[in-house]
Amino acid sequence: MQRSTFADISYRWVVGLLAGLAILILIAPVAIVIATSFTTSQTLRFPPPGLSLRWYQELFDPVRSAPIHTAAWNSVWVGFVATMLGMVLSVLAALAVARVSRPAARALEAGFLSPLVLPSLSYGLAALMFFSVLGIRPSLNLLIAGHLVVIAPFIFRTTLASLTQLDPTLLEASASLGASRLYAFRRITLPLIAPGIAAGCFLAFVSSMDNVPVSLFLSNARTGMLPIRMWGMMESTLDVRIAAVAGVLILATLILMIVMDRLTGLTKRVSA
Amino acid sequence: MAAAVAVAGGAASGERVDWRLAAPLGLTYLVFFAAPFAILLGISFYADAEQTQLGLGSWLKFYTDAFYLKVIFDTLKLGFFAVAATTLLAYPLALVFRASSPRLQRILTFIILMPLLTSVVIRTFAWIVILAREGVVNQALMGLGLTAAPLNLLQTELGLVIALTQIEMPLMLLPLLTIMSRMDQNLVDASRALGASQWRTFFKVVLPLTLPGWIAGATLVFASSTTAFISQTVIGGARLVYLPALIYQQATVVYNWPFAAVASLTLLFTVLAGIMALGLLGRFARMD
Repeated sequence: MQRSTFADISYRWVVGLLAGLAILILIAPVAIVIATSFTTSQTLRFPPPGLSLRWYQELFDPVRSAPIHTAAWNSVWVGFVATMLGMVLSVLAALAVARVSRPAARALEAGFLSPLVLPSLSYGLAALMFFSVLGIRPSLNLLIAGHLVVIAPFIFRTTLASLTQLDPTLLEASASLGASRLYAFRRITLPLIAPGIAAGCFLAFVSSMDNVPVSLFLSNARTGMLPIRMWGMMESTLDVRIAAVAGVLILATLILMIVMDRLTGLTKRVSA
Repeated sequence: MAAAVAVAGGAASGERVDWRLAAPLGLTYLVFFAAPFAILLGISFYADAEQTQLGLGSWLKFYTDAFYLKVIFDTLKLGFFAVAATTLLAYPLALVFRASSPRLQRILTFIILMPLLTSVVIRTFAWIVILAREGVVNQALMGLGLTAAPLNLLQTELGLVIALTQIEMPLMLLPLLTIMSRMDQNLVDASRALGASQWRTFFKVVLPLTLPGWIAGATLVFASSTTAFISQTVIGGARLVYLPALIYQQATVVYNWPFAAVASLTLLFTVLAGIMALGLLGRFARMD
């Protein structure tokens, strides 16, 4: 057993305190938002003076919250279509470069991943200028195109990781047994990389639902998106309904995350 | 489609890039990603807001004005503070995570992933509730008698850095936890057995071994916090101006597109410069 010197005691204290602070700072905001969403008060005062569901009723009221509902459905639609298109394109692209060691493959890989590092706010403005130079008017289809570019890398990356782990002897075996390439893809490659594709799609959809930089420039009053709508609500009145929206989104993400974790071991993939 | 998929089975073990498979995403990127950036670059070379005269006017106006240079500096500074604050909290938490029992690790994993359950907009909103004049922090400080009047934490750089620390922390934690779980415990034990204190072991063994993970995390935190438009505008308010707010304002309020394009390319270069600096740091550390 080591002797406890002053240095070791101070180390334990500093690490323990900072880790405790980190945990507090990670949990507190989420807990506070959920608690605030059940307040009876007109303001965001914390702790709430009483508990009620009034802000959830207000939020689900089809007349008074119509703009929020429209924005929410727009966000879900754009996220869904962009993810589906991104899935087809990214899986094909990942198949093209996986296991190829040529410089061309590495260059393509870097190119396909580049939207992850370039600031998407710069891209949002570039897309706005591009579409307006072409004379295309804002619509949900433009938002789908813009989101597709920034979320496809998530699917590309997880699919590529799955393909790299795939044992090539499986494909050689199936070829030597007379299976066609299409049959081998359908029966061997696809089932083995499916969890990777699913994890990528989950990340892509969530990041589309959460996207601000691209939607900021490509959406307008008619094609409102949820995060932009919420930003507007925060800037103007500090409406307590934002807390109720947060409650609904937290619950939806939690359910989606548990389902995905069961299907694909998402928590392991996210950190990989 | 069937033809393309038919090739796919072979491509997984092939030697060459199959351009037929790469083309759909490649062309999508050319049209919707590369072309917009080319247009952005082109528009930045108009000298006036009406886009009638070509010239370097917009670039000169941006890079000779002390106000805009300060905006670049403040944006870099914000990214630097966010990286420093997330590092200070993420390393201890990762060390505790590594030393915990599997049961505790599952609970900690949930806590670490919790901010990811909420969108960036909601995390920003949470910090308004916390930092506002009648918010949690002020009520606690006044309750403890530490301050008589509520502090103004919103619209300050300190408040923004605190909020960004939580908002960006998962980006730092995930790569750090991954690399720490792969670290060889024998090296740590050896250092301790040879008489090094825990501080010395951390700085001489743990830190160098986990540096690649830190660089990955720092890159993500830097890129994300310098471009965090909503957090910057809502928590920072109108008094603190960073590049993203400047770009938005010039593009949609002032309608000076050439100038917005210059600011946008500056943001791009700033982020890339930060990423490259971190990458160089990693290369030097490995040579050590």
